[in-house]
Amino acid sequence: MILPKKFTKVGIIGFGGYVPSLRIKVGEIADAYGKSGEQVVESLGVKQKAVAGRDEDTVSLAVAASQTALQRAKIKPENLGAVLVGSESHPYAVKPTGSIVAEILGVGNEYLTVDLEFACKAGTSAMILIAGLIEAGLIEAGLAIGADVAQSRPGDALEYTAGAGAGAMILGSKKFPWLAQLNFVSSISSDTPDFWRREGEQYPNHAGRFTAGPAYFRHVLGSTQSFLDKTKTKINDYNHVVLHMPNAKFPQRAAVKLGVTKEQLNLGFLVPEIGNPYSAASLLGLVNVLEQGKKQEEILVTSYGSGAGSDSLSLTLLKNSKKNKLDLERQLKEVEYINYSQYLKIGRAI
Amino acid sequence: MVGFKGVYQTKFGELWDKSLTDLILEAGEGAIKNAKIDRKKIDLVLVANMLGGALEGQNHLGALAGEILGLRNVPAFLVEAACASGGVAINQAATAIKAGAAKNVLVVGAEKMTDKNNGEVASALMGAASEDERLAGLTFVGLYALMARVYFDRFKASKDDLAYVAIKNHKHASLNPKAQYPFAVDLETVLKSSCVASPLHLFDCSPITDGAAGVVISGEADGKNKIVLAASQIATDYVNLTKRESLVELKATRLVSRKAYEEARVKPEEIDLAEVHDCFSIAEIMAVEDLGFCKKGEGFKRIKAGDFDLGGRLPVNLSGGLKACGHPVGATGVKQVVEIVTQLRGEAEKRQVKKAKIGLTHNVGGSGATAIVNILKKL
Repeated sequence: MILPKKFTKVGIIGFGGYVPSLRIKVGEIADAYGKSGEQVVESLGVKQKAVAGRDEDTVSLAVAASQTALQRAKIKPENLGAVLVGSESHPYAVKPTGSIVAEILGVGNEYLTVDLEFACKAGTSAMILIAGLIEAGLIEAGLAIGADVAQSRPGDALEYTAGAGAGAMILGSKKFPWLAQLNFVSSISSDTPDFWRREGEQYPNHAGRFTAGPAYFRHVLGSTQSFLDKTKTKINDYNHVVLHMPNAKFPQRAAVKLGVTKEQLNLGFLVPEIGNPYSAASLLGLVNVLEQGKKQEEILVTSYGSGAGSDSLSLTLLKNSKKNKLDLERQLKEVEYINYSQYLKIGRAI
Repeated sequence: MVGFKGVYQTKFGELWDKSLTDLILEAGEGAIKNAKIDRKKIDLVLVANMLGGALEGQNHLGALAGEILGLRNVPAFLVEAACASGGVAINQAATAIKAGAAKNVLVVGAEKMTDKNNGEVASALMGAASEDERLAGLTFVGLYALMARVYFDRFKASKDDLAYVAIKNHKHASLNPKAQYPFAVDLETVLKSSCVASPLHLFDCSPITDGAAGVVISGEADGKNKIVLAASQIATDYVNLTKRESLVELKATRLVSRKAYEEARVKPEEIDLAEVHDCFSIAEIMAVEDLGFCKKGEGFKRIKAGDFDLGGRLPVNLSGGLKACGHPVGATGVKQVVEIVTQLRGEAEKRQVKKAKIGLTHNVGGSGATAIVNILKKL
């Protein structure tokens, strides 16, 4: 049982997103398998996805997003008491991503790190854990990262959407100026085998349509509704709602069921342009809302991780966005397209 | 005299919360309850299933069914004839009754398919094909696609002609709440569906399905509606497609239907409704021809003309067929009988054929290596 405790001592003091510049169009992938690109784009609602370059991995993506977050936070890296990286594509099976990222950022040595994995939701879980440490007074600031270079077997349906990206959130105590206040968090989980990758396997497996009703929708809808009930809030109390985006259709259908309008979903809805960067999906949606939202606007985020679980958390924006600092929006525009052969080569499939 | 006391069908579909055992239990209990029979009177249990061993690691289904249905110590065993397992189990139940070896037989057809990925299921299904076909990398959609190509060439048909099978069967399934896909589809949707094995597209193919059906068959036709098994015939042919005399017919279907009509003493034109084995659209087109419902080479035209629609001269696949009701392979032949009994009882609600008295089921194993026809009559 997670109690409906309101956070009073935790805010977002810095945030950053990183999306690799390479894009492949979904139609290009469909063409390679003799499928209609138009039909695939229509059924998924995703027109292209971001692809990590040959010299990029989860660590480099996480570092890029974190550097932006540190610049925004205007704190020294040594202020960070914890660095938690959520990912399902940690470069090493045994050797932490967190210590590599922290070393590159110059955090020093006195910090807590441990790698997190819960399919696509470990980034929001990192936020919750760090918020707890700050609220308890154990640390003054911590860095929560969701980063992935998502794997997909060539020819698998996942290939149309499995993307790459990183979202970084620096949470801090009242010692630092808050950009947004963290209010409530909650989480639900169940043993649901919708998507998995066993040790040593190169690509994940998934259970087709089972990933929908009993998996994504059960948890996203369940977590969000439970959160609303616990916090005694209504969905229309929130100006912005970010739902995990494995494709465009799932969050859109979930939004309809929850009574979320297109306007509420809009700012955090990045999937048509970048695909699904797994652990970064919800965090990048949140980054975009934080970049472009307005002071006093309320934000609700519900992530989803296969296996399965959802985290829900709410925030209040405390500052207006600065239009000249829309870093993520700039990244979404500065793209370079690759073809399927280049994509396979970059991904070391050929 | 072999009659039907009770019938039951589970919902067909992706039943993620049900195991093979759950499905056997539900169908068995449902049929016993529908028959209003004291289960102590059941003296034989037959379970029709093809993939329990390959996909679920569960063989020995006869004894298992006896255990979970409270029929311990009763003779019980598995009947396997690929996708014709259900129809053959009905035949074997009737044979046991006619031989005096049993008085009341419970037949349960059940299959659990959706817990495995498509590749595993396709591979397991190829157990119904020949070694040469497996080594060539063929799948069943590939085998039927080859037949479709030859059929197109011989009878000047085209890919678009196949679409009317799916449209008809989905329309029927929209009237059947137990169907996997209880909704209608339009021509554009069918034609635009993705190619699986040219010329067969997605809507030309029956799906992977979980489901079960049960029937209680007895030596006496009693109850409110006396429905009897007027004929039950099985024929086989080469398992390997390349050895067949013709690729525009399933010879086993043609032969077995003639034997069944003779046994039942009926003509094809006297059949009021039929459930035929439409594992692929081309299979239904050939089936209505091979069963004598229309001339060879005319099937696709007659289906498009509406001859086999609800309200047509001989409604075919009112359950939705394998295409839209679903195809849990071992259960299919039993489900076909459940549908016909339901129709002859007058209990088919929105898809009821008025004054139906004679119904036929046609169940095929592999690409036509086994064919069984059962003809049911309302006395």
